[in-house]
Amino acid sequence: MTPEEQNFMRKIEAEEKIEPKDWMPADYRKNLIRQISQHAHSEVIGMQPEGNWITRAPSLRRKAVLLSKVQDEAGHGLYLYSAAETLGISRSEMIEQLQTGKAKYSSIFNYPTLTWADVAAIGWLVDGAAIVNQVSLQRTSYGPYSRGMIRICKEESFHQRQGYEAMLALAHGSPEQKEMAQDALNRFYWPALMMFGPHDSASAHSQKSMEWKIKRETNDDLRQKFVDQTVKQIEVLGLEHPDKNLKWNEERGHYDSSDLNWDEFWSVINGNGHCNRERIEHHVAAHEEGEWVRDAIAAYNEKKRAKKAQNAA
Amino acid sequence: MTKPTEKLELFEVFVRSKRGLDHKHVGSLHAEDHEQALEYARDCYTRRSEGVSLWVVKSSDICASQEDDADCFYDPNDDKPYRHATYYVLPDPVNNM
Repeated sequence: MTPEEQNFMRKIEAEEKIEPKDWMPADYRKNLIRQISQHAHSEVIGMQPEGNWITRAPSLRRKAVLLSKVQDEAGHGLYLYSAAETLGISRSEMIEQLQTGKAKYSSIFNYPTLTWADVAAIGWLVDGAAIVNQVSLQRTSYGPYSRGMIRICKEESFHQRQGYEAMLALAHGSPEQKEMAQDALNRFYWPALMMFGPHDSASAHSQKSMEWKIKRETNDDLRQKFVDQTVKQIEVLGLEHPDKNLKWNEERGHYDSSDLNWDEFWSVINGNGHCNRERIEHHVAAHEEGEWVRDAIAAYNEKKRAKKAQNAA
Repeated sequence: MTKPTEKLELFEVFVRSKRGLDHKHVGSLHAEDHEQALEYARDCYTRRSEGVSLWVVKSSDICASQEDDADCFYDPNDDKPYRHATYYVLPDPVNNM
């Protein structure tokens, strides 16, 4: 090991954070850029399935809440893009990687939101799963990423609670509403579990990421946490658990559950989910249609600058 | 015509959460100028009454010490233990001074 590598590993082992100007191995940087930008893209693409329902929210209150939540996701995307930029990649490079499919985002957002209950299920389950992951990432070894995670976790708790509350209203509503809630749970439960990524044994980046403390807990451990915490929540809703093999394992102190449909997982990751194409097309369209706004801001600022210069002269 | 984000100026954002407390660094953002940076900072970092005052500073205006040079940079202070209260050993009855 070179003295730089030694110094780097000493910091990692001592739980000191790595900061942007510190020396770091090229692969550490590459791994972080991949993970943080993927995380940022997920926040941004994640606005689409819920955004679909803003105009159709069942009440003004639900609409205001959903607007706030979607606005938060945009903010979270920004925190994360900023953190990735400290590693030397530009915002437009990242956007291009997203739009050309070179960079991935969480597969969960390639599932469609067919009913209002899906919006509730996303807040409760998808944000719930994201929180389990993000709480763990607050202790990640890269300073800017860690600070971003701490800020995001503070805001994210409302996302999960509003989703559960909306789910509760449906589950305690008419038989049709309850059925809608059950249907949403059945469809989103499995993809939510897949959010934690492949089994540890099949995860390409896991080992190095754990060694460098980019990741602090393995995919399977985080997934187990989520399975365990969700059981009681489903019970309180009075809905049926989608996993018929779910069983408390006294010895492990955890629930045993069915294995996931990994063929579906890889197929959606590789672009064959319900909405993969639609999500990227929409992102590209929004980016292009927003160009006149960016142009207008730039033109206005140019005008202001010229006026200022004139007044000073 | 549109400037890519990285052509925009980078600003660091500081929030004072309550009167009487320090401004604390919360993150950064790209903007055209100070005024726009302030509006973006409000929308992005104070959506839940996190602050009563915001500072935005051009990142390029910050002059920072180098952490790698920390040892020699701070060296002049390291041999002056008499600047610490614990350096002075006083009799027990008055030690809680």
